[in-house]
Amino acid sequence: MTTEATTAVSRAEYCVIACAEAWRDNGEVLASPMGLIPSLGARLAKRTFSPGLLLTDGEALLVGPDGEPEGWLPYRRHLTMVTGGKRHVMMGASQIDRYGNQNISCIGDWERPARQLLGVRGAPVNTLNNPVSYWIPKHSTRVFVARVDMICGVGYDHAVGPYHRLPRVVTDLAVLDFETPDHAMRLVSVHPGVTVDEVRAATGFELVTDGDVPDTREPTAAELRLIREVIDPAGLRDREVRA
Amino acid sequence: MTDKTMTPEDVVGRLRSGMTIGIGGWGSRRKPMALVRALLRSEIGDLTVISYGGPDIGLLAAAGRIRRLVAPFVTLDSIPLEPHYRAARERGTLALTELDEAMFMWGLHAAANRLPFLPVRAGLGSDVMRVNPELRTVTSPYEDGEEFVAVPALRMDAALVHLNRADRLGNGQYLGPDPYFDDLFCEAADTAYVSCERLVDRFPPDTVPQTLVVSRHSVTGVVETPNGAHFTSCVPDHPRDEPFQKLYATTPWPEFAERFLSGKSEDDYQAAVRAWHTEREEQRT
Repeated sequence: MTTEATTAVSRAEYCVIACAEAWRDNGEVLASPMGLIPSLGARLAKRTFSPGLLLTDGEALLVGPDGEPEGWLPYRRHLTMVTGGKRHVMMGASQIDRYGNQNISCIGDWERPARQLLGVRGAPVNTLNNPVSYWIPKHSTRVFVARVDMICGVGYDHAVGPYHRLPRVVTDLAVLDFETPDHAMRLVSVHPGVTVDEVRAATGFELVTDGDVPDTREPTAAELRLIREVIDPAGLRDREVRA
Repeated sequence: MTDKTMTPEDVVGRLRSGMTIGIGGWGSRRKPMALVRALLRSEIGDLTVISYGGPDIGLLAAAGRIRRLVAPFVTLDSIPLEPHYRAARERGTLALTELDEAMFMWGLHAAANRLPFLPVRAGLGSDVMRVNPELRTVTSPYEDGEEFVAVPALRMDAALVHLNRADRLGNGQYLGPDPYFDDLFCEAADTAYVSCERLVDRFPPDTVPQTLVVSRHSVTGVVETPNGAHFTSCVPDHPRDEPFQKLYATTPWPEFAERFLSGKSEDDYQAAVRAWHTEREEQRT
């Protein structure tokens, strides 16, 4: 038995697995992860079940698994990739509602915000042109709100055009999606150690569930080894998600 | 041909209060900070500023020079939220036209191509439409009939950009990984001013053609300002000055402005920065 198999899987590692799954069967598209855990997930997906994914160095290069350049992606070309659809981004959200409307611009009234945040950035164009998933490192009623203060990323009840799709939301507690008749947010799985009631209590609107909610899947031994020894040997993941 | 070299003061001498000014770079990357600082030493204000915003916006907002900002974000990159911009927004003193990143880029393209607008699949369904009630939509005249946002041209009176190298005629070269949108800013503006890390008499024969991103036909003036993007990054000439950026973000504005921006010239600023670094080094040893 190898050492990694003897150490319990951490919550952060379930989160990495759940993020990686967002890019399964995506083919030759750019995985655009915002934040640490999604970045680890994208790299894990590329090294395992989605080898066709394109990754960036965080600047203007497309890079292979070991960081070697394979393409040029300055912002202007990145924006073409967004509208061309060959991309699946996992963004963050300061607020998100039951139909997937997302806010990263400001808290409170837009005219004079209580807290000015980043701005809309590329959320409007992302959500009308290529699949957009979300990563939320602290699942709480502050983030999962009945109504977002400023719609940056467009949710299902506001979507227009032929290309809108929100595949999944991953949090430190659970995996969620919008696979319901009216595209209301659904609880897909809870990370081992988390109860459905905990997720409900941390969500500011009613979550849809279908029967018993399963646990988020276990990583394979090979995936655990990749996460621990190759992708994140410094263990940065456990600083973002501590449970 | 005409030598277009100028000083930062010459550039500012051509600007006026009430103008619409575009600022190149992206976030806290390759910003024409020496020109922004020259602007801060002047009395010019009441500006409409168009920018993928970084500390250029924080500085001008803190000094009360911006009437309206047109931007998709304002960030310091390694410090996600720009404190002086935030303060201005939370005080309600800054009018904002908040656009999506792609809408912004197409607005630059429209201006550079002398078009009144370009259609984009962005903005619809989002509150960008609510907070910008002047935005109009346009319907595809073809069979698909899709509705798009008609992003108005972001035409500007003057553009300010910073590049790694430039010649005296106004040809500009970037040596980092990303040209950002500096060529578009220059083409979208009635006048454009390029500051550079180093002025060259001519580009060598082995110059990689794609690095010559800004062409002289779109440039009014050229300014040599070594370290002129400070404290933003200007790779490969210099990285972002992270300790100094942190100082900027955590020091009360009047104190920061007094120590670093009250001099008479860019040289005074650079000297104040060097003094601060020396002081910091001494405290560490």
